[in-house]
Amino acid sequence: MTSATAIPGRSAPALSVSLVDVERSFAGATSKDPPRRVLRDVSLEITPGEIVALIGASGSGKSTLLRQVGGLDVPDRGSVRIDGSALTGIDQRSAIAFQEPRLLPWRSIEANVDLGLPKGTPRGERRDRVAELLELVQLTDAASLRPRQVSGGMAQRASLARALARGPGVLLLDEPFGALDALTRLTMQDLLLDIHAAEPATILFVTHDVEEALYLADRVVLLGVESGYASNSGAVIRSVITVPGTRPRDRGDSSLAHLRAELLEGLGVSTHHPVHTF
Amino acid sequence: MAENAQKHDLAADSTTESAASLVQYVSGYGYSAAGTALSQRRRGAIHSKRWVIALGFVVPVLLLGGWQFISATGLVPAYRLPSPTSVWLAGIDLAARGQLGPYVGISVQRVLIGFVAGAGIGLVIGSLVGLSRVASAFLVPTIGAFRAVPSLAWVPLLILYLGINEDSKVTLIAIGALFPVYTTVAGALRHVDPHLVELGRAYGLGRLQLLRQVQLPAVVPSIVSGLRLALAQSWLFLVAAELIAASMGLGFLLSDSANNGRLDRTFLAIVLLAVLGKTTDALIGLLEMHLLKRWT
Ligand SMILES: Nc1ncnc2c1ncn2[C@@H]1O[C@H](COP(=O)(O)OP(=O)(O)OP(=O)(O)O)[C@@H](O)[C@H]1O
Ligand SMILES: [Mg+2]
Repeated sequence: MTSATAIPGRSAPALSVSLVDVERSFAGATSKDPPRRVLRDVSLEITPGEIVALIGASGSGKSTLLRQVGGLDVPDRGSVRIDGSALTGIDQRSAIAFQEPRLLPWRSIEANVDLGLPKGTPRGERRDRVAELLELVQLTDAASLRPRQVSGGMAQRASLARALARGPGVLLLDEPFGALDALTRLTMQDLLLDIHAAEPATILFVTHDVEEALYLADRVVLLGVESGYASNSGAVIRSVITVPGTRPRDRGDSSLAHLRAELLEGLGVSTHHPVHTF
Repeated sequence: MAENAQKHDLAADSTTESAASLVQYVSGYGYSAAGTALSQRRRGAIHSKRWVIALGFVVPVLLLGGWQFISATGLVPAYRLPSPTSVWLAGIDLAARGQLGPYVGISVQRVLIGFVAGAGIGLVIGSLVGLSRVASAFLVPTIGAFRAVPSLAWVPLLILYLGINEDSKVTLIAIGALFPVYTTVAGALRHVDPHLVELGRAYGLGRLQLLRQVQLPAVVPSIVSGLRLALAQSWLFLVAAELIAASMGLGFLLSDSANNGRLDRTFLAIVLLAVLGKTTDALIGLLEMHLLKRWT
């Protein structure tokens, strides 16, 4: 699998990410409602080049947390640092692929990916890089199509390519493979690992898929409301699991079975009997 | 070859594994292929486009026939309703005197200059108000008050300050064209998909780049419909300006012919206004089609 999929070296070196006591609340639906706290006391140190998976139930604040790291949203309390320096607004050291593809409808897929390239990339180089990235995410044939002409999964891959184009120090991916079929999903996972192996960016990604988290990540962070607390008290980091072994991992690794069960349990999925071994 | 085999393996893997992953395939779709069905239906429509145009001529032809019938049978006397033929002849006559061309020319010129100036100013003010909260807070109440003044109320002032000349007429038309564009553009800019604006910011677009690459393209459809309204307004205000103070143009032809009892010329002016208005509107319609194809 580790064919020549790496993007030639233009990306920034991987950077550390540090979250300290991050808290974020949103105003209630009406001015009478109390504010709803989404995140509480979230502290996390991510070392340069690490891959961290963020899992948690729907609405537990994963996207919100990712937005804090990208500087798209500001915590009410606590601090976020990239490479040791605190964020001041949107941070160009990171690049984000949103949960929705967010492609500009009036641009071709190609031109949408081009938006991700760093400022000042020379014109000729832009074209080559975009072609290369489209090749990687298997969208070469769709290069000149408009977003409304491609499927949800294709749009999502275009959005991934756009984030990769930036070659960022920190890569933030919100459910990057959520809309993909099983085969494309596995291929894209390996693609991400290949790119990471060639140019190790720090990656923080959200997923609902426990398998995916265990296959890709160095650590898996489980976000959720502490048991015994009201749901609007805010999600905390319930547990951080260090995934043993080195990548590329065996997808059917039975030694990960207990982690799988633990994570599913954490997500509220009851695993009545121990996960069968493969 | 090797790659194929690889894919095969992966597929086999995924079937054995999918049992363990309970929470998969949850995601947000932005755009989907749902649009394809729509464009297919549109292709069907294009096929029958000639029919649509042909059908559009049915009512005018019927009206013309009815008109001819009424005047030919003397149902309405000629001094109240000139026949289509006499209107046509009045046109030939005016053309022979060398008046028709210049009249039409000057009216079209006034409309175009006034429209372009007004729409341009409307676009700038609309963008300013739509994009900047500060500008909006500063300007919106005042602009609202100006808009509330029925535009014809400016005529005496325009004549006083600018005189009875091209400037005052073109200015009046520009005032008429300004507000529709301002209103639609400001409103549309305020409602550009915040997701896309955030995307632009996340990828480091500055204010001007954001405007050029995200916000303006997003409001192209609104701008065009604003322009269309503005053009209709421009013709309205042209006639107002020329009725009040002019020695040339279709509005002048209207008032002059009515004063001299030349009803055939009055009808001629009205028909010309209808044809010219519809023609310019159709041109904008073409522009709209082109722009919508490019920008949506
Ligand atoms: N801009 C906002 N204004 C108000 N509430 C918000 C805003 N953004 C997020 N929230 C709230 O924060 C909570 C967490 O949202 P978030 O999008 O982070 O969830 P998530 O974990 O990403 O869920 P999912 O897995 O469904 O994507 C939700 O209850 C949501 O209503
Ligand atoms: Mg989310």
